[in-house]
Amino acid sequence: MLGAVVPMAEIEPGCHLGNDFGCGFPAPDASIFEIEPYFGSFTKPVFLLLLGSLIIIIFFLAAFRNSKLIPGKLQSVGEMGYLFIRDGISREVIGKDGDRFVPLLFTLFFFVWIGNLWGIIPGAQFPVNSRFAFPVGLAITVWLIYMYLGMRHQGPIKFFTNMMFPPGMPKAIYVILAPIELISNVIVRPVTLSIRLFANMFAGHLLLTVFTVATFYLASLSLVGILGSATSFLMTIIFTAFEALIQALQAYIFTLLTAVYIAGSLHAEH
Amino acid sequence: MTWLLAAEEGGSNVLRIPLFEFFIGLAAFFIVFGVLAKFALPVIKKTLEDRADAIEGGIKRAEEAQAEAQRTLEQYQEQMAAARAEVAEIRQQTEAERATVMEEARKAAEVQAAQIAANATSQIEAEKAKALAELRKSMGGVATDLAGRIVGESMTDDARAAGVVDRFISELEQAAPNGGQN
Repeated sequence: MLGAVVPMAEIEPGCHLGNDFGCGFPAPDASIFEIEPYFGSFTKPVFLLLLGSLIIIIFFLAAFRNSKLIPGKLQSVGEMGYLFIRDGISREVIGKDGDRFVPLLFTLFFFVWIGNLWGIIPGAQFPVNSRFAFPVGLAITVWLIYMYLGMRHQGPIKFFTNMMFPPGMPKAIYVILAPIELISNVIVRPVTLSIRLFANMFAGHLLLTVFTVATFYLASLSLVGILGSATSFLMTIIFTAFEALIQALQAYIFTLLTAVYIAGSLHAEH
Repeated sequence: MTWLLAAEEGGSNVLRIPLFEFFIGLAAFFIVFGVLAKFALPVIKKTLEDRADAIEGGIKRAEEAQAEAQRTLEQYQEQMAAARAEVAEIRQQTEAERATVMEEARKAAEVQAAQIAANATSQIEAEKAKALAELRKSMGGVATDLAGRIVGESMTDDARAAGVVDRFISELEQAAPNGGQN
């Protein structure tokens, strides 16, 4: 039953378990991430991306533009976000001299988070970062900053030799360690940074779609239909809550790793 | 796995990076970053710094006020102690003065009393001597007259008469104790 894969676009209306169509379970596949553009190249994720960007700008301008010593409600909420990034990530990972990177980390966190959050917002229900192009763009940006800061603070060659020859190892180990360190820092880091975010959002959205489709597919006036549909619906709810957690967590991890990379570029890792 | 298969079959490849999405994603990110970094975050950064200053300033002011209060209290206690010491000193002085005055008064009174007693004694002595002298004189006269009359011998010769009288009196004085004993 599950083996029969039907692209979502081809699902016939009224395709239910046990009716006469004889259609199998229309398991969602990668095609659910390919959405017809509204116009030109403006697809749903692009639209959500721009809307999310606008929301971030409006919210934080409203919250911070007229900030007072004794904050109002909006400013308090905004401050929580700011202090979370500054104290919880920047100062924790980079230290006090990381304060100049707070705007970057702050923007990264909220930009990624709202992009993820669209995945469970009713009506939108599409995580922007499940489109690989967006995490890749962010990861390349982070990588360029990482490389630039490293070469500026440690020297263009020292940066790489520091990274390849961590002190305190037997000399022979460096034969293996040096290339591994180079590859892991320069190539693996940006790749994993983008894929981690993308894959989590991709998988989460696919999972939610599977249970949502199953809820409709199984809905019929039979014991199996009622039980199956109800269970699928419950799973949809549970995984939505789970997704909410994952979305914030992935935004946090993305920002945290960026801070870790910046910290590593400012001072040679020991 | 299905999406990979689909990709191989020429369908959708989720790892494909459409350039439009890539660049609009970057543009959106940098616009958000630019606006927040320029207009929102410096404001809140400054507000938080001001708040920290205000709180630290408040704490500092409170500490100063407390120190001031402590100083005033110490001053007050010092003054109190000084005043107490002064009172005690004055009391002691007064006590000493009182004792001296009383002692002096007592001595003066004693001296006066002694003087009065001495005056009285000497006056009495003088009176006694005068009385005795007068008595002796008058008694001598009376006795000589009487003796003269009895003896018929003139006892007017003063020198002899006085010698007789004196002898008589000393005999009397010698006899008096015997006579007293008899």
